[in-house]
Amino acid sequence: MTYSPLHLCLLFSSALFCIGLIGALARSNTILVLLGVELMLNAANLNFIAFWRYGPPTAPGTGVIFVIFAIAVAAAEAAVGLALVIAVYRHHRSIRLQDANQLKG
Amino acid sequence: MIPLLLIAGLTLATAAVALALRNLIHSALLLIASWAGIAAFYLWAGAEFVAFAQVLVYVGAVSMVVLFAVLLTRRSRDDISVAIDSPARGIAALLTGGAVLGVLFGAVISSPLGAPAAGARPSLSVKELGLQLMGPHAAALLIVGVLLTVALLGAVVIAAGDRTDAAERKPEGNP
Repeated sequence: MTYSPLHLCLLFSSALFCIGLIGALARSNTILVLLGVELMLNAANLNFIAFWRYGPPTAPGTGVIFVIFAIAVAAAEAAVGLALVIAVYRHHRSIRLQDANQLKG
Repeated sequence: MIPLLLIAGLTLATAAVALALRNLIHSALLLIASWAGIAAFYLWAGAEFVAFAQVLVYVGAVSMVVLFAVLLTRRSRDDISVAIDSPARGIAALLTGGAVLGVLFGAVISSPLGAPAAGARPSLSVKELGLQLMGPHAAALLIVGVLLTVALLGAVVIAAGDRTDAAERKPEGNP
């Protein structure tokens, strides 16, 4: 059985999403968890582009504009997330998730 | 079709190896390759502007921020390798991820997505994209600008720390 390109793109993005999910769940290093979340976000962007390219025709550029805004929000998320990692490191001298188990620094 | 399979294989392999490695710097460098592969996918799909945005934001900026975070949060010169966590945790994560992967693959394969519209490649020039962004999506563009400003200022405030905190930690000695 042959799959259409849209099927292949969706399989690609689901596999990337699951790699990010496994990484975010399995590792206890905060930076690696954040990178797993970033991979999941990228997989979502792949879906937007795949449907824009192969899906039913919509208004021109809908998928592209959605991805541009998603990338902007992801950049903000990465900056704030890594700043939080540095703040947690300053309080606990460690960036293991298990060590950051109190709200008061 | 062949380029898609190549790009997908390369991206997935680098991402999987990056999240399995022990050395954080190697992970970050391999993830750069993975993000570049995603940019190649965007180029293949005809979304050139998004591909360049991906290269600028991920390959250029986020990777550097990640490397800075790795280097700022290590305790000694060779504290960049993180031990593999408990096997139970890894097995649970693999089971969860495998289950999600099975559900997603089943849903994608069994859904009738229709025949690909042959030759109907949507094209979008940068000029059209700019007109769209400044026209119907101008409000969203302004909100994203405000969001980025607030987020980056917040990141600076969070990461900078206060001076009293540093002064009171000094007697402990810097490890």
